[in-house]
Amino acid sequence: MTPVSSKLYADDVSLLMVLVDTNPYFWSSMKNTAFTFPKFISHVLAFLNSILLLNQMNQVVVIATGYNSCDYVFDSSTSSMQRAECLLEKLEDFVDKDESLSQEDSVDGVGFSLLSGALSMALCYIQRVFRSGPLHPQPRILCLHGSPDGPGQYVAVMNSIFSAQRSMVPIDSCVIGSQHSAFLQQASYITGGVYLKPQVSDGLFQYLSTVFATDLHSRSFLQLPRPVGVDFRASCFCHKNTIDMGFICSVCLSIFCKHHKKCSTCGSNFGEARKQDPSASDQRRTSYGS
Amino acid sequence: MNTEEKRFNQEEEDEEENGRGREAWERTYADERSWESLQEDESGLLRPIDNKTLSHAQYRRRLRTATAARIQKGLIRYLYIIIDFSRAAAEMDYKPSRMVVVARQVEAYIREFFDQNPLSQIGLVILKDGVAHCLTDLGGSPEAHIKALMGKLGTSGDASLQNGLDLVCDLLNQIPSYGHREALILYSALSTCDPGDILETIQKCKASKIRCSVIGLSAELYICKHLCQETGGMYFVALDEPHLKELVLEHAPPPPAIAEFAVANLIKMGFPQRTAEGVISICSCHKEAKVGGGYTCPRCKARICELPTECCICGLTLVSSPHLARSYHHLFPIRPFDDVSPSALKDFHKLPKNCFGCQLSLLNPGNLPGPQVACPNCKQHFCLDCDIYIHESLHNCPGCESLRNSKTISDMEE
Ligand SMILES: [Zn+2]
Ligand SMILES: [Zn+2]
Ligand SMILES: [Zn+2]
Ligand SMILES: [Zn+2]
Repeated sequence: MTPVSSKLYADDVSLLMVLVDTNPYFWSSMKNTAFTFPKFISHVLAFLNSILLLNQMNQVVVIATGYNSCDYVFDSSTSSMQRAECLLEKLEDFVDKDESLSQEDSVDGVGFSLLSGALSMALCYIQRVFRSGPLHPQPRILCLHGSPDGPGQYVAVMNSIFSAQRSMVPIDSCVIGSQHSAFLQQASYITGGVYLKPQVSDGLFQYLSTVFATDLHSRSFLQLPRPVGVDFRASCFCHKNTIDMGFICSVCLSIFCKHHKKCSTCGSNFGEARKQDPSASDQRRTSYGS
Repeated sequence: MNTEEKRFNQEEEDEEENGRGREAWERTYADERSWESLQEDESGLLRPIDNKTLSHAQYRRRLRTATAARIQKGLIRYLYIIIDFSRAAAEMDYKPSRMVVVARQVEAYIREFFDQNPLSQIGLVILKDGVAHCLTDLGGSPEAHIKALMGKLGTSGDASLQNGLDLVCDLLNQIPSYGHREALILYSALSTCDPGDILETIQKCKASKIRCSVIGLSAELYICKHLCQETGGMYFVALDEPHLKELVLEHAPPPPAIAEFAVANLIKMGFPQRTAEGVISICSCHKEAKVGGGYTCPRCKARICELPTECCICGLTLVSSPHLARSYHHLFPIRPFDDVSPSALKDFHKLPKNCFGCQLSLLNPGNLPGPQVACPNCKQHFCLDCDIYIHESLHNCPGCESLRNSKTISDMEE
């Protein structure tokens, strides 16, 4: 990385962390829609190059969110990578390696990609930029996501969202698949990012460049898409059902969809009422002061 | 006030007198304590203290929470913060004064507290002029407490520990039985000016199962130590402002719940959906027509402005699920990373060159491997800064999360 101190950063210099969903099962399900992975990547490349041209100090880092692994595939601050096309080679290597890691022969449905891993890596990178000194580009995360949410990642994704919120890093999401993502809806809502599900995938570059290209400072002057409601329903720990009403363990806050005798997370037994201490209220003193 | 305490105060006043007698140039040295920011290096030369000590303290705190992993935690806490704003809080050994420093730390603490303890509530009690005064009732909104506190800064009179404890004891006896009762006392004075027998009050607190902790700003007091020992709290005296900050923040994570202190309960709750922006509806809490941003009660479909709350129509407790999820990292903590042993560092050709999290080079100048840690689960290597960030803020191992067959989450949720 170029030493930060030698540069003067204005508030419109961005560090854009792009998480690209490479889940092969998702992309093969998209084959019949004519919006294929190569087409998607060509839109993304045009977008990344336009970000780099917008301001010569802008920085772009791309993390591939795979089915079995996640990895960095592009960093514009390394001297060998000036143009976004440089990511193609590494991306190809990554997709091959990711596929070779697959163990199950049959995958039911599309399967989910490792969003929590890619988010965690992006946040670690952003912390490193924060540590580099008081002058640094303004970071934000953009998730280009298509796979459905993986219920098992719920806790990890939420942890990442809260850490991003604490460091004031907005998470933007652009959902390519057919369904909305409750994870990303919450991520963008909580961190103050933009959530968008384009109507027409073929116009992806248009959406990216009009909504997600502007730096954080200029955003306040724009009319960006506003959320059409956020899915805040929780999933219960016992059956992984999505519920809008449920029971919460008062000790560990685990969520259950029906009444249990014992908490399966922390082992507490429920329902033994405690005797109130009667002596406490008798000795009321008159002078606590007024 | 007994004679002993009087003598104490006398001494205090003498000291104050001396302080005023000092010349201004003397005072800058005495007050700034500039010698404390120096340390000796191996060759005996003086140099400023580096940040290592600070990060080491964090490291210590992180290890402690890590070892407390999987202990049952008391997550619904009802805490009163008792702040001593008696004459002693006007002392200027902390800059600009004890009162301002305490207020600043309490503000930071309140924010951190609600971050780590959703559904918990805080109340503020002020000690001054020999009486205890309830500044804010128990509540879940950080801003309301901070606003009330900042509007009430000012010191006068004596502090009465007994009055404070009596007040808090009565207030905490009204809370539901599943809640954990706690009092955190920030005490500046060197004496307590009480109307009766404080030992009785301490026994009362013990009977009501209130965990009392004290952070002193001047010197250790027997009565505070006794109080903390009896009720199971912690007692520490702060050395300076960073130390005070550390001591205060140690009370932010939930304490290990002692089974008999509170009864486990299943509480029925609703998770309202957020309605689309720009929709006009009448809210049930203010009885006003409002545009956009609100929540809908899942049971009676009433509109509510803010969470968490109780539905004013059907009485259901309403929370947002992210609010609950904020504490789940206590339930599923990640294991502390292992130091990479020097012997493993020797055959460094096998080691990864970059930190798995942030891609920082793990090589020292001279291409030798620098300090690094490894996750015991996924075996990925991380730099020391990532190690701290991952355990203190992120609560995910990027390596484990980037493995499909990782057992961390799915196993723990079973
Ligand atoms: Zn539980
Ligand atoms: Zn209701
Ligand atoms: Zn690192
Ligand atoms: Zn790991």
